[in-house]
Amino acid sequence: MRTLEFLASRLGKAVLVVIGVVVLNFLLIQLAPGDPAAVLAGEAGAGDELYLAQLREQFGLDRPLHVQLLSYLGNVLSGDLGYSYRNQVPVLELIADRLPATLLLTGSAFVFSLVLGVLLGILAASRRGTAADTVIMTGALVFYATPLFWIALMAVLVFSIYLPWLPPFDMETIGAGYTGWRRALDIAHHLVLPTVTLGLFFTATYARITRASMLEVMSLDFVKTARAKGVQQGRIIRRHVLRNAILPVFTLASVQAGQLVGGAVLTETVFAWPGIGRLMFDALFQRDYPVLLGVFLVTAIMVVLVNLAADLLYRIVDPRIETAA
Amino acid sequence: MRDTTKRLLAATAILALGLVPAAAQGSAEEPRAGGVLNMIAQPEPPMLMVGLNTQGPTLYVGGQIYQSLLTYGQNLEVLPSLAKAWTVSDDGLTYTFTLEDDVRWHDGEPFTSADVVFTADAFLREAHPRWRHIATTYVDSIEAPDEQTVVFRLSKPFSAFIYAFELSSFPVVPRHIYEGTDYRTNPANQTPIGTGPFKLQEWRRGSYIHLVRNEDYWKEGLPLLDELYFRIIPDSASRAVAFERGSVDVLRGGDVEGFEVRRLSGLPDAQTTTEGWEMYSPVVFLQMNLREPPFDDVRIRKAVMHALDRDFIVENVFFGLGEPATSPIASTTRFHSEDTVAYPYDLDEAKRLVEEAGLDAQAHPVRLMPLPYGSQWDRLAEYVKQQLEDIGLVVDIRGVDPGGWSQALSEWDFDVTFNFTYQYGDPALGVARHYLSSNIIKGTPFGNNQGYDNPRVDELFLEAAGAVDLQEAADAYAEAQTILTDEVALGWLFEMRNVTIMRDDVRNLVRTGIGVNEAMDEVWLDR
Repeated sequence: MRTLEFLASRLGKAVLVVIGVVVLNFLLIQLAPGDPAAVLAGEAGAGDELYLAQLREQFGLDRPLHVQLLSYLGNVLSGDLGYSYRNQVPVLELIADRLPATLLLTGSAFVFSLVLGVLLGILAASRRGTAADTVIMTGALVFYATPLFWIALMAVLVFSIYLPWLPPFDMETIGAGYTGWRRALDIAHHLVLPTVTLGLFFTATYARITRASMLEVMSLDFVKTARAKGVQQGRIIRRHVLRNAILPVFTLASVQAGQLVGGAVLTETVFAWPGIGRLMFDALFQRDYPVLLGVFLVTAIMVVLVNLAADLLYRIVDPRIETAA
Repeated sequence: MRDTTKRLLAATAILALGLVPAAAQGSAEEPRAGGVLNMIAQPEPPMLMVGLNTQGPTLYVGGQIYQSLLTYGQNLEVLPSLAKAWTVSDDGLTYTFTLEDDVRWHDGEPFTSADVVFTADAFLREAHPRWRHIATTYVDSIEAPDEQTVVFRLSKPFSAFIYAFELSSFPVVPRHIYEGTDYRTNPANQTPIGTGPFKLQEWRRGSYIHLVRNEDYWKEGLPLLDELYFRIIPDSASRAVAFERGSVDVLRGGDVEGFEVRRLSGLPDAQTTTEGWEMYSPVVFLQMNLREPPFDDVRIRKAVMHALDRDFIVENVFFGLGEPATSPIASTTRFHSEDTVAYPYDLDEAKRLVEEAGLDAQAHPVRLMPLPYGSQWDRLAEYVKQQLEDIGLVVDIRGVDPGGWSQALSEWDFDVTFNFTYQYGDPALGVARHYLSSNIIKGTPFGNNQGYDNPRVDELFLEAAGAVDLQEAADAYAEAQTILTDEVALGWLFEMRNVTIMRDDVRNLVRTGIGVNEAMDEVWLDR
């Protein structure tokens, strides 16, 4: 019962947060210089007064700001995210087209970094002070500190150009016309470089957090007791230490999960991945307000939902935590 | 081997008879049908409807779908496209076009003179700023006496009129789809219907645009290629990799950074050409706001011209991909004059001019706004800053994104910036707009934004545009060029030389003055 109450009150707040985000975004965007009509005219290298006026009228930019805001809010509440100024396609359609690609990429990177990061963290903690620990921690430090785009470029250079093992960009082989399993394999092949690139930073973070948290737990009395009882080392690590040490990792994972939608702009650019991050980036430069607001909205909803899910999951991960409303 | 010999013999025979046009590339080989050509659309175009959007990539892809009445050769000679013949009356007032027969739109409807009249009188008049200007100023009536004929009657002669029918200025649109609709929001803009050699098969936004052969194309036996792919690759390093690895066959000018051009041109299986831009001939210029100090003083503007080493800019900032400009009219455009005021690189002269002007540089710091189109333009801004500071000006670089640039330019909120302009074959179409005082309009980005106002120049441009005799036009344009260079209305820097890089087995890609925007109906692959 308490869970249900908690859920209802959190959902109510979530709706308010999302509306707040929409209003704030709408107003923030207006602060950027230049409007979509000017950008379109600029790109075309031409544009007289009438052309600009026609565009502004078509986009509804000639109306007062509060009218635009209210009409946008009304449309959003009725599920209509508007038309892209630039592409003249419904925003919802553009987002729906791009969302799966991004979720596939960020989802893979999430799983990759979580699994690999935690495994490396455990390995380092359980072999503390050995060569393996040093290698893992040095690697983690390097990838934690290296900019993403540089890793991406180097990965392409090494694995696509010097060693032609992996495709350097695109989501699938264009024009090959693969279907079924062949296509899935093809996409998986294309997925490797962007996933690793995107996932390395979080892998490093998970490894460090897991190790630190495990070392802390390992020094606690109940671990000594277990060891004194003669429990095997592997079992101690799995059942006693890891379970108690996983909470900070979980918190961090929920942060990463919140970035599932908007966190891959750079990776998508370098690897020509047709995702939503790239859509947002382009829309920003083109002042394509409806698309930009649409992506922000989807991102905000995603973050709110992930946070909610994380709060609920805490109880399962660590039953000692009460879901206080 | 014997085959080759035979083919060579045949080719020699044809050459001897003078049947092969000299410009035809790879004319000694027999074209082969079939194959897929991979290209890059950068940046991804917003739409493919050329009548509503005239951005570079839109023309590149859309030029395979839509066609215009005429096209233009590399020496700007007028060539047939949808119009197979045309006549101009002696008084320069009546233009009669005879259309190709048996042309069908991609949806099977016949193409007729009614489509052309609708395009000229309704669609482009409403949606296309450049055509609207021509139509409003010069065109009296557009009529279709029969299905194959269109007659334009002008209210006064316009010496550039025959150049107004290029793809980006006059793409013919289907009347049966657009008549009576709101052109900009017509859903058909997503499923373009043209008369061109290729049809849109699929557009996966963010991935690729896929065009396939138009089986009912009006030129017998063409197009030769089966499919075209335009890939979307947002990162310029990745675009270079794509060519290197063979995923794409063609790099259009601007697809990769200047420093990659040299490297990729040197690949063993690559060929390059700088041809195919004659109709556009982009000229890069420095735009100084003439309304405020320091650039309201012509001596300061002359000093700036002397302070910039344009050979250095071309060689080092733009990797040799250009020619220093000497006039507002590009050397490949009609009526270009060599008889202009020259500004050789001379720092001493520049400093002398600044001193003579008695400028208080501290009181008038210069806001320099780079063109937000990538690193080469940033380097150009840095070079200009350095040179201007050398002659005593105070310069502050203000970086902006394209939206901010467009707005600052429109609102005249800048001291100096860069831009480049397409010439469209005739000064009246691409050049005059930057100097006519009637084009000083706040709120639009591509007019006379520097605020240049000289009644004599206005008069000369008007006279040249209205001339029936081409010599008259040439004289007027020559005088205008002398005045404009003397007064430094804009600071001409250089003419861009865009390089098209392609696989060495791509044939016939660049055949006319609009280059890769030309319908690729005769393009074939020797593989």
